[in-house]
Amino acid sequence: MKAICFYFQIHQPFRLKNYRFFDIGNDHYYYDDFANDEIITRIAQRSYLPANEMLLDMIKQYGNKFKVAFSISGTALEQLEIYVPEFIDSMKDLAATGCVEFLSETYAHSLASLEDPEEFIMQVKEHDKKIYQLFGQHPKVFRNTELIYSDDISALVASMGFKGAITDGAKHILGWKSPNYIYASALAPKLKLMLKNSKLSDDISFRFNNYEWESYPLTADKYIDWIAQLPDDEQIINLFMNYETFGELQPRESGIFDFMKALPRFAAKKGIEFWTPSEVLAKLKPVSQLSVPFPMSWADEARDTSAWLGNILQTEAVKKLYSIAERVHLCQDRRIKQDWYYLQASDHFFYMSTKHSSDGSVHSHYSPYESPYAAFTNYMNVLSDFMIRVREQFPENIENEELNSLLLTIRNQENEIEQLNREVEMMRRNIVKDTTGDFPVEDAPAAPEPKPVKRALSAKKAPAKKAPAKKAAPKKAEAKKPATKKAPAKKAEPKKAVAKKAEPKKATAKKPAKKAAPKK
Amino acid sequence: MFGWEFPPHILGGLGTASYGLTKGMAQNGDMDITFVIPKPWGDEPKDFARIIGANCTPVAWRDVNWDYVESRIGNVMNPQTYYDLRDHIYSDFNYMHTNDLGCIEFSGRYPENLLEEINNYSIVAGVIARTVDCDIIHSHDWLTYPAGIHAKQVTGKPLVIHVHATDFDRSRGNVNPTVFNIERDGMINADHIITVSNLTRQTVIEKYGIPAHKVTTVHNAVEPLNDELLNLQAPPGKTSKVITFLGRITMQKGPEYFVEAAAQVLSKVQNAQFVMAGSGDMMEKMIRLVARRGISDRFHFTGFLKGKQVYEMLKASDVYIMPSVSEPFGISPLEAMQMGVPSIISKQSGCAEILENVIKVDYWDTNAIADAIYSIIKYPAMFKQLQEQGLEEVNQIVWKKAGAKVIDIYHSLIG
Repeated sequence: MKAICFYFQIHQPFRLKNYRFFDIGNDHYYYDDFANDEIITRIAQRSYLPANEMLLDMIKQYGNKFKVAFSISGTALEQLEIYVPEFIDSMKDLAATGCVEFLSETYAHSLASLEDPEEFIMQVKEHDKKIYQLFGQHPKVFRNTELIYSDDISALVASMGFKGAITDGAKHILGWKSPNYIYASALAPKLKLMLKNSKLSDDISFRFNNYEWESYPLTADKYIDWIAQLPDDEQIINLFMNYETFGELQPRESGIFDFMKALPRFAAKKGIEFWTPSEVLAKLKPVSQLSVPFPMSWADEARDTSAWLGNILQTEAVKKLYSIAERVHLCQDRRIKQDWYYLQASDHFFYMSTKHSSDGSVHSHYSPYESPYAAFTNYMNVLSDFMIRVREQFPENIENEELNSLLLTIRNQENEIEQLNREVEMMRRNIVKDTTGDFPVEDAPAAPEPKPVKRALSAKKAPAKKAPAKKAAPKKAEAKKPATKKAPAKKAEPKKAVAKKAEPKKATAKKPAKKAAPKK
Repeated sequence: MFGWEFPPHILGGLGTASYGLTKGMAQNGDMDITFVIPKPWGDEPKDFARIIGANCTPVAWRDVNWDYVESRIGNVMNPQTYYDLRDHIYSDFNYMHTNDLGCIEFSGRYPENLLEEINNYSIVAGVIARTVDCDIIHSHDWLTYPAGIHAKQVTGKPLVIHVHATDFDRSRGNVNPTVFNIERDGMINADHIITVSNLTRQTVIEKYGIPAHKVTTVHNAVEPLNDELLNLQAPPGKTSKVITFLGRITMQKGPEYFVEAAAQVLSKVQNAQFVMAGSGDMMEKMIRLVARRGISDRFHFTGFLKGKQVYEMLKASDVYIMPSVSEPFGISPLEAMQMGVPSIISKQSGCAEILENVIKVDYWDTNAIADAIYSIIKYPAMFKQLQEQGLEEVNQIVWKKAGAKVIDIYHSLIG
């Protein structure tokens, strides 16, 4: 009894436009819309859409016998939603068949697993949310960016409740072992590992159309024969590849689509099934543990993380990016959140690689830049602007801790103000009822206002500065606007107050910090 | 070998390249090299090549005694050589302006009457060719092509000419027909042509109509720096980043693009200073341009630098720029890399063919130049990567390898 597990990766980054240093601080839009549109539309037309059609046909033809899994990054999904919405629909059709499993990964196809565990967890959750929104599935199996994996990452993944993870069957990790079994993480033994069968995967994705390859032409029965001839106890063949394999890496004329369509027929003859990763994990038991002390991946010859973190340019860019992670987490601004994801895409660092020979040509093939130095320059210019924007939200001279408590205070006060507002509103209504219009309306709010402030003071010992700011708000509102319009005016006020307070003096900023401390 | 310049008295890259190549060839062993220059000063290195000065070579017989010759030119070459040369005067050149030793005076520079000097050099070459027994004649750059042709006619030995630059590079296409003819004449008469880059090779083939099989590229290299230069200290108290242009301020070197890029960077960056080191016919124009852009406070002209000054300047620099419009090779970025200074070079320069760890831009793309400068001075990782990788790379580019290639060409000719 053997089974094939197909999983396809779809990822596209938001490529950056040519961003000059003049733009730093002036232009906050970073993306090359034209290139992004052009590339994803082209690939979708040539590959994603016909391939989806093919899969749908196969699933219909073979009932529920043919199954596959997808891992689609959040950035790719966003681009597809914008530029190729028909793809999302076609994916939903596939999802509806019940023969397609969606895997979990980081939203931005990022390196967060290596740099920032907190960010990593947030991104995975964000991605799973997106998958659920679109396809109605909660991913159960985790696949990291470019199959990056290490013991530490496995512990993180296990802590998030995933049953299994997918990674590469790198030779330096496996040694004599075969990737055609299920393994378990050494650090989190409950987490099962599925390993890519590099040889058989690359036969399809890289060698299929190679005239010089001795097995050319590759036919479906030959391929299934290879799998059938594997030792009996090697039960699971994990074929992981880029979805672009169909139609883009291997052009339609090469017959790749027909090859795929023929696979299930020959597989059925040999009694080989198709399983989704979840099924694999449910049906098979791990044969041993796998220890991976240093991060590995499926990229380049070295199968490590040097494709993204191999030189000083790359490490510097990554370090700078994640140095502001904590600040970004505090931000509420949606555009900052969005840029934060887009800038984390591992591709940006991939372009900065200075590797030579065969690896180097792969890097430069995908890179929109002329040289790694140009890639670095452009990225850092963008990052500089992004950091300025983050700093504008929160001045740099305040510690994160302090900032955190400040924000907490603000939020508490906002709630309180809202509550008080409601109270005021109620009282005003009562007064209006009571007085039958004899008293001027303005007096009504003025009377109850000082009270709650005092209450706030006594209850929370609000900082001196804050009190006047708050008082000022109602006064202004009183003077200029009728009482009914008060609520929005007040709501806007607290934010301004914070900004003012945060910027000019540390002293004032510190007070609320002390205040909030006991709250924690 | 016929050359025009030889260190330490050099006016441009030609002298450095001729010297490096000669030394590199000597390192490969089994070479007996005689190097002819118009005007030796006496302090040239003589350990790997015999230096003959054209201005010490008699073309008219003078009866002078040993001591007199010794006192006149003893610091430059052995008086015996003088007598050997005197024995081979092939014609009476007394009608020419000769001095007390029967020699023609040379400036050894690029004077107004350059063509006359080239002609005189060729006359002298006749004497030397009759005196010195050789297997190969090697002429460096167009000034010495006539001399090489003359020597070839006298001796019948194969002539190799070394194209360090063509007039198309020097003039941005406005070729001087006289110079073009001298160059083309040399190329036609040569048995083989060595160019310093594929860029130059292409020019030679396309513009001068030379068959491709006769032209080979041997890229230039650099001499390893001595410890004295490597241990130079950057000036203390430096607070701003220094971006340096180093070379002749002429049309060929594209100085105006440097100024334009500087203006862009300075509009955004406060702590940067730009230096234009060198002299040339466009210097005044550049000073005016700098003033017009309103950046004179942070843009400096140093005038011509030589010898150690060059390295002191590099040591104080954070970025080196060579925006040459057309550069046959361009050794100076390699020197900058040796000093650990990240370099930005134009794609139109020959050294771009062999360098990886530099930033390559189109010379006219001042935006790209400005971006590159900004990146290097603002992002330490960029600086460090270029510095470390550049140093590693440039240390692999040695004259010995270039010399070996030239010797291979010799063998194929004698062969």
